[in-house]
Amino acid sequence: MNDVKLVSLKTDYTNYQLSILVILRVLVGWHFLYEGIAKMMNPNWSSVAFLLESKWIFSGIAKSIVSNPTILQIADFLNIWGLTAIGLGLICGCFVRLASIAGMFLLLIYYLMNPPFIGLEYSRPTEGSYMIVNKNLIEFFTLWIIILFPTSNIIGLDRLIQKVYNNSEVK
Amino acid sequence: MSDNTKSEKITNDKEFEPKYDRRDIVKGLATLPVLGVFYYKLWKKKALDTLKKQARLSELGIQKEAPAIVKPNKPGKLLRLGIIGYGSRGHALLRGAGFVSSSWSDEKYKAAQEDKLNKELETFLSQDDLNVVLNGVCDLFDKRAEDGLDASTNDTRPGSGTRKLEKAKRYRDYRDLLASDDIDAVIVATPDHWHAQIIIDASKTGKHVYCEKAMTRTIEEAHAVYKAVTESEIVFQLGHQNRQIESHFKAKEIIDNGILGPITLVEMTTNRNSPSGAWQYTIDPEGSPETIDWEMFQKTAPNKVPFDAERFFRWRKWYDYGTGLAGDLLSHEYDAVNQIMDLGIPSSAIASGGIYYFKDGRDVPDVFQVAFEYPNRDLTAIYSATLASGKKRGRLFMGHDAYMEVGRGLTVTPDSNSTRYRSKIDEGLLSTALPLFTYTTGSKQIDGVTSATAKYFAERGLLYSYRGGKRVSSTHLHIADWINCIRNGGEPQCNIERGFEEAISCHMATKSYLEGRKVVWDPIKREVV
Repeated sequence: MNDVKLVSLKTDYTNYQLSILVILRVLVGWHFLYEGIAKMMNPNWSSVAFLLESKWIFSGIAKSIVSNPTILQIADFLNIWGLTAIGLGLICGCFVRLASIAGMFLLLIYYLMNPPFIGLEYSRPTEGSYMIVNKNLIEFFTLWIIILFPTSNIIGLDRLIQKVYNNSEVK
Repeated sequence: MSDNTKSEKITNDKEFEPKYDRRDIVKGLATLPVLGVFYYKLWKKKALDTLKKQARLSELGIQKEAPAIVKPNKPGKLLRLGIIGYGSRGHALLRGAGFVSSSWSDEKYKAAQEDKLNKELETFLSQDDLNVVLNGVCDLFDKRAEDGLDASTNDTRPGSGTRKLEKAKRYRDYRDLLASDDIDAVIVATPDHWHAQIIIDASKTGKHVYCEKAMTRTIEEAHAVYKAVTESEIVFQLGHQNRQIESHFKAKEIIDNGILGPITLVEMTTNRNSPSGAWQYTIDPEGSPETIDWEMFQKTAPNKVPFDAERFFRWRKWYDYGTGLAGDLLSHEYDAVNQIMDLGIPSSAIASGGIYYFKDGRDVPDVFQVAFEYPNRDLTAIYSATLASGKKRGRLFMGHDAYMEVGRGLTVTPDSNSTRYRSKIDEGLLSTALPLFTYTTGSKQIDGVTSATAKYFAERGLLYSYRGGKRVSSTHLHIADWINCIRNGGEPQCNIERGFEEAISCHMATKSYLEGRKVVWDPIKREVV
């Protein structure tokens, strides 16, 4: 029983590797957290401008979201609190797997709503130059790395959570 | 692998320890200080932002909230309307009053089905019910008159089902409509050359008037209208619906508080680049001498010509019926600035321009420049227009301390050589690269406006305003303002005084252009010389 439960605590990371992976997790978390908090602090923020710019296969869905004030409010709410919660999770190392999957989901939506594909023109300026690959795509794969190379069970609240969980299992 | 990490390994042999050891606590909470750093940095950033914001707002003395300019519609007794001229503006004005033809509501219903962002019908239906009925329709073109009659009974409207709608009566002569005792107030949306005569006749019969701009076609007519309206008891509103835009009220507050410093130059512009923007409106194939009362149409025009469908549908292109850019678009720009700064009639005007692009037989210019002088206010107001380039130029108020750009929203940007903000710019609390103040209406709202002309109007607040985040047609608010004043007294936003100032100022520009000289306003004799 213990064998199965505790297997995830096994790692072969060197200290160096572990440190860099934790730093990566915290940095991505910081980015998510501030994206959420900044939107929270701006009373005029809305996902409208982003959604209206939507091109490619999801432009229809984006339009439906924008045209319905209730759904738009829900989308704004989920964005703000989703980004904040994911950021907190990654920084604290709390439910990191869940936070990463949720983060990947959001990033994938952001990417597919405004993909930097050849031939798609956007009126909002971007701060860099992108062709197919943009920061959303890279952060998406970064979170994938964070899932495949977990660290929160060593450095993070998940370590304590796992112990409580295992403890209750043993009892 | 380091020894340290090896010791981390938990093996099957090792007995499970139910309690946390010190190492678990330290490593479990190891990244939490990052949150502390995050919070500290966030707090510092917020404090800096607040400091900068306070520096911006401290001495400005302006309200942060949107101005509460909407008077709630007080219920009053049923008001009976008549409409004279049911073309595209007449249609928009009647829509503002709560009536649309079934062809319009059907078309907009379909458009909303096809494009979820098209909210025209929804915006119309969410208007306040103004408790009015449409009893009379007068148009010289049979098809439009029929359309107006249809609108009188179309129950797709705000307050649908609240009262039985009787079909309006059609009048071929507006004087019969004015003589009718089942009409209290009229909306006038004829071409400009008919405005004066209709307003004067309506004043005599005591019918309240909402008239489209420009108020008149000539200076003499402006004097006659002023006399007729001020000597009557009627409530008169001129159709500058952009007087209902929130940003204009905010702009006035900003200027009244001296935030821009001494203003020496005001710049107004028109930039259009489409056929409809140059008055190349659709010529209805059903329009013919049989369906249009052409003689009545040109009765008040200085030059009489045989039936000409283009002149009927595209009348803005000829001085016989209007004043081109001066009456159509300068009038809106001038009135907006007059609303914000109370400029009144300029002491002089000098205009220039020409027919440089649309050489299609029109006699009004398609490129038009005017300089109005206000020596008693120490400023010049210039207007610059072209109908053949869409490059957006805003409406600018240029002060020594800051400049302000006003459209549907507004921005105030400090000047790098400002006297007033010098110390704050030097301290880094104000930046000349960033606005001192911005005001955005309806920032969470969506505009489904698509055509270039519609966009031009929307940017200038001629189509919509926002109330509590809800999009409202500014024409509706302007009509509602007029009706409120009829019922409850008070002066409408664009009363006869403002209308007279608009008419004289715009006509000074036209006179200067046509006579190729500077024209001057004599405030004692109240004459243009």
